[in-house]
Amino acid sequence: MFEYALCLCAAVANKMLTIRQSELDALRRHGEETYPHECCGVMLGRMEGDERIVEDVLRAGNTRVDSPHNRYNIDPRELVRIQRQARERALDIVGFYHSHPDHPARWSQTDLAEAHWVGCSYAITSVENGRATVTNSFALEGTIEEDKRFADEQVRVVVAEAGD
Amino acid sequence: MKILIPTPLRQYAGKKDAVDVPAQTVGEALSGLTTQYSDLRKHLYTDDGKLRAFVNVYLNDEDIRYLQKENTPVNDGDTLAIVPSIAGG
Repeated sequence: MFEYALCLCAAVANKMLTIRQSELDALRRHGEETYPHECCGVMLGRMEGDERIVEDVLRAGNTRVDSPHNRYNIDPRELVRIQRQARERALDIVGFYHSHPDHPARWSQTDLAEAHWVGCSYAITSVENGRATVTNSFALEGTIEEDKRFADEQVRVVVAEAGD
Repeated sequence: MKILIPTPLRQYAGKKDAVDVPAQTVGEALSGLTTQYSDLRKHLYTDDGKLRAFVNVYLNDEDIRYLQKENTPVNDGDTLAIVPSIAGG
């Protein structure tokens, strides 16, 4: 059984990302560990209508060693492996996360230009002086590359009851 | 062979996460896929018929760019994975 706690860290929207506290902590901690560089990773779970439910977060490497403080890229080979793992676990890739060292937790023009997984969530954590502050999430909407856009998404944090 | 469809493209492939197509090359497999699901074509290819730069295609664990691209031969048991890039700033 789980208790539900609402995280009011995003504008109210009809899009929602549901994630356990432990998974949210894990992706935030990743950003603290890689600071002052951007971290990145994949969120696995299930899509249910306008809701993306995260079951697991997997760390990925940032191949942008030329500019890691403000750029990230996940090696497609790593994604192929993660996708295979997800299929074996009957899970989907529902989104991705990365961090913004000393920068707000909002998508940048680069984030939008490089986003191609329409229907997925892009979670961004601001890491200031090595400490994770705000985590926001954005749903990539649109029907084609030319009309894609990010929509604010509510982040619903699921907290386990004591003893679970 | 099996072609794995990534989340953003499933709405154009009958909501399937994988499609089986008979093919002897990567090009034939992709052509078979876009013939069956014509809406996929504009998401995978530019107007001049080239794979979009952010569309990575893997034959098992190899990027086809480093094999013979669309001329790469395939076998029945092979898997093609379409993997759009993940990047940002």
